[in-house]
Amino acid sequence: MRADSVSKRYGTRDALRAVSFEISDGERVAVIGPNGAGKTTLLGILAGALRPTSGTVSLRPEEVGWVPQQPALYSKLSVAENLRLFARLEKVADVEGTVGRMLEQTALGDRARDEVGRLSGGNRQRVNIAIGLIGEPVVLLLDEPSASLDPRQRERLWQFLSALGTTVVFSTHDIGEAERYADRLLVLADGELLFTGTPAELETATGATPAAPDFETAFVRFLHEQGH
Amino acid sequence: MRWLLLKDLQILRRSPLLVALLVIYPIVIAVLFGLALSGGPDKPRVAFANLVPPGETEFTVGGRTLDVGNYAGDLFESIDPVRVDTREEAIAKVRDGEVLGAMVIPANSTERLRATLGLGGGDPPVIEVYYNADDPVKRRFVESTIEARLADANNALSDAVLREAARYIDVIVRGGDISLPLVGAIEILGLQRSQGIIESVARSLPADSPERVQLAQVARFARLAADNLDVSRPILASIGTPVGVEQHIVEGRKTSLDSFAVAVAVTVSLMFVTLLLAAGLLALEREEDAFGRLVRGLVSRSQLLTEKIILSALCALAVTLAMLCGLAAFVGLDWSRIPAWLAALAGGSLGFAAMGTAIGGLTREVRAASLLAFLLALPIVFLALVPSGSVNAGLYSVINVVSGAFPFKPALRALDGAINGGELWLPIAHLLALTAGFSILARIALRRFG
Repeated sequence: MRADSVSKRYGTRDALRAVSFEISDGERVAVIGPNGAGKTTLLGILAGALRPTSGTVSLRPEEVGWVPQQPALYSKLSVAENLRLFARLEKVADVEGTVGRMLEQTALGDRARDEVGRLSGGNRQRVNIAIGLIGEPVVLLLDEPSASLDPRQRERLWQFLSALGTTVVFSTHDIGEAERYADRLLVLADGELLFTGTPAELETATGATPAAPDFETAFVRFLHEQGH
Repeated sequence: MRWLLLKDLQILRRSPLLVALLVIYPIVIAVLFGLALSGGPDKPRVAFANLVPPGETEFTVGGRTLDVGNYAGDLFESIDPVRVDTREEAIAKVRDGEVLGAMVIPANSTERLRATLGLGGGDPPVIEVYYNADDPVKRRFVESTIEARLADANNALSDAVLREAARYIDVIVRGGDISLPLVGAIEILGLQRSQGIIESVARSLPADSPERVQLAQVARFARLAADNLDVSRPILASIGTPVGVEQHIVEGRKTSLDSFAVAVAVTVSLMFVTLLLAAGLLALEREEDAFGRLVRGLVSRSQLLTEKIILSALCALAVTLAMLCGLAAFVGLDWSRIPAWLAALAGGSLGFAAMGTAIGGLTREVRAASLLAFLLALPIVFLALVPSGSVNAGLYSVINVVSGAFPFKPALRALDGAINGGELWLPIAHLLALTAGFSILARIALRRFG
């Protein structure tokens, strides 16, 4: 996946300013940055849910799996019905087979007939991700996938994603999560791409000091130094 | 799109409270409207043209002088009169919707009254009433107001005529002088005196008596009595209604109030069911955060809108057709017009569904969409039911334009036409134009706020 000079403007405000990067097959990339940095806007554009004001994205929306921050599910439909609906809309060849596979992957087979509105936040997020995966996308985009999950649910979620082997781009403002689960980081602040590299490279760039002994504090200091 | 349809039907099936609300609330509202409609507007504006020449408004009944203007004064207690000089001016004001109706007292009214009450024979005077029949509620109000006032006037005239008739009877019984048109003043013997004469003649009459003169008098009395009774027939006929009414419809048709009330009730239900459903279903996509997922390649915004419009229109069509059939069993509508009912309901439901999606496109939550739909719907209904003549002409034109920009008024016209055999295709064309307009608005709203 490649993004070339992607910009997005809302009225007079620049949400993204000429952001460019490339993502290789199988990579897990975290988009990190403070609130309002443009993470959700960038993922929305990569997913085809938003149109950029300028710039291009190499993949078509149909090739990308999209998992928005809030589970985009019909709470009055059951888990299986939600999966079936989106499988049909994605024009999947074997709808029932795909639904069965997704139920198996999400380990929600025993909750297949339950209405989504009755599921826990973690299970709802699993269904949300399963729908993102239903069209067998080249890249899976997740917008703050663990935001509403407790640590145990978060751990299970990452086990599930790791087992997929798909290229994953996720946004988070949890620096620890990015450091732990991402192969590469994209640091955004005020719509500007400040850094691309591995967590180790970012750690080196931020340079832990007695004043900022941990990665998160060093990251905040890094943003300050960059004028954000 | 069929999967979206299936999904929405599943959601509706699992939301019994919402569905119950969608069915019960419109019925409650429709009943309230029906109750409100059974009362008429207070003191309507009515154009009044008195064409009787000045100085000729008085007439005499039984020696008592009455004035036509006094009866107009009684009428003005229950209407707001707009005085005009000519019949044409009065009709123009009705046609323009400036007044609710018009009353014209023709120039020959006093003359006819004099002739009718003075035993001259001829037709009774007729008051001309003009109104638009576009609104049966208004028509009934005008009719009842004018009929009630004329009944008062006729009662007063009847009293005078009865007194005069009693005097005639007294003369016939006891004898005396009476003045008849053409014949002039004559002396009436009277039944009592005749009886005396006949008895006297009978007592003294030999076989070939010369008292033929007295017998001739008896014969004359008999003839005059018969003639008098004959002449008094039109007087007796005029006692009930000395003044008649001639009604003219300037525009529109005569629709019964019952069938118009059915059209209003069904249109109100159609509006609420369709608006709430369309607005709610579209807003639900965003409330569930599924909108973004759907429109990023799975379905287009236009397809999504079309699906919501079709589903809402079909549901509302089914509900209101059932309601109309139920009402038809009580009110006695013409069942052979079912194809016209379907056409009107389909046109109306499409118009309301498109308007509903425009509302749903502006809101992000079902509750907000429902509230906005209610807020918009109620004033639209009230505006559409304002009768011409109840407000000034300029304001009525503004109300007409505003009402025309929303589907309620054309839907009511279409359904009224479908039920009662009036104009159907023009209001349906209007509804289709509104469907297109509101669909475009909804599409813009989805792009702007989606």
